[in-house]
Amino acid sequence: MMRFWPFVVFVVLAVFLYIGLGLNPREVPSPLINKPAPAFTLPQLHDPAKRFSSQDMKGQVWMLNVWASWCVSCREEHPVLMALARKNIVPIYGLDYKDKNADGEAWLRNGGDPYTLISTDADGRVGIDYGVYGVPETYVIDKQGVIRYKQIGAITHENLQNKILPLIAELQAK
Amino acid sequence: MKYLLILLICLLPAFSYAGEAKDLAEDPVLEKRMIGLAENLRCLVCQNESLASSHADLAKDLRQEVREKMKQGMSDQEIIDFLVSKYGDFVLFDPPMKSYTILLWYGPFALLLIGLASLVYQLRKRKNAPPENQLSAEEARRAEALLNPPKDSQT
Repeated sequence: MMRFWPFVVFVVLAVFLYIGLGLNPREVPSPLINKPAPAFTLPQLHDPAKRFSSQDMKGQVWMLNVWASWCVSCREEHPVLMALARKNIVPIYGLDYKDKNADGEAWLRNGGDPYTLISTDADGRVGIDYGVYGVPETYVIDKQGVIRYKQIGAITHENLQNKILPLIAELQAK
Repeated sequence: MKYLLILLICLLPAFSYAGEAKDLAEDPVLEKRMIGLAENLRCLVCQNESLASSHADLAKDLRQEVREKMKQGMSDQEIIDFLVSKYGDFVLFDPPMKSYTILLWYGPFALLLIGLASLVYQLRKRKNAPPENQLSAEEARRAEALLNPPKDSQT
């Protein structure tokens, strides 16, 4: 019996290492899940004289998508957001993070604009409030203004279908 | 002229470094306090670097945020609590003792204890085990016969 022990230890170690391989160190669980979304008021991208306040969104489920024209993964995510916007299920609000207005607008002219409205976070302050550390990041916020989900990195068709859309349907039904 | 140009090109990195220096605040005491705090915080973009040493944009912004909070009179602990509330315990290089970090803090000691226990167990077993190399009279006779065979039976 004794001589099987090294093998047992090896198997346990191998299982741990295998699980470790599948984890993504970039995905740090956000402490903001199930906490009220930090309130902000920021100028709008298309009309900087007007401001957008997150408080105006109370009473509806919405998505806050943090993006920037300099962000590479945002290009990958963009078609997914365009497809989602066409379905008209949930309003997508953009937060143009640490970007120049002209660059942001040019980027949207090229790829299309999936956003209901975009506000600009030029100095990244609101980004810090939301714990943003890698763009793109997307938050699903419920009718009470509570963050229910955070997507770190690009949204894919898969996690849109499997996680985000079911969650939104559930939140909208409440 | 050519050498002057080469010299200028060699000096280029020095100019780019001057750009970094803007990050420093005017107040050296505050700066020292900020660096002291930031050395124990993780930069989330380049995860094995501290907030103090990282050149990532986010680290710069966060250093500025820490400076401003210090100017507002917040204590080090309040600033740490603020960052943890936004980015989670992951920003701390020194993870706090919590129910899900018990394994992290005590796991190595548990492994050490298991190792010591099995070592003691093995040593005891060895001491109590009957010596294996004692031969019975019959075995000794057979061994003797094999090692020193009678001369006439060799053929």
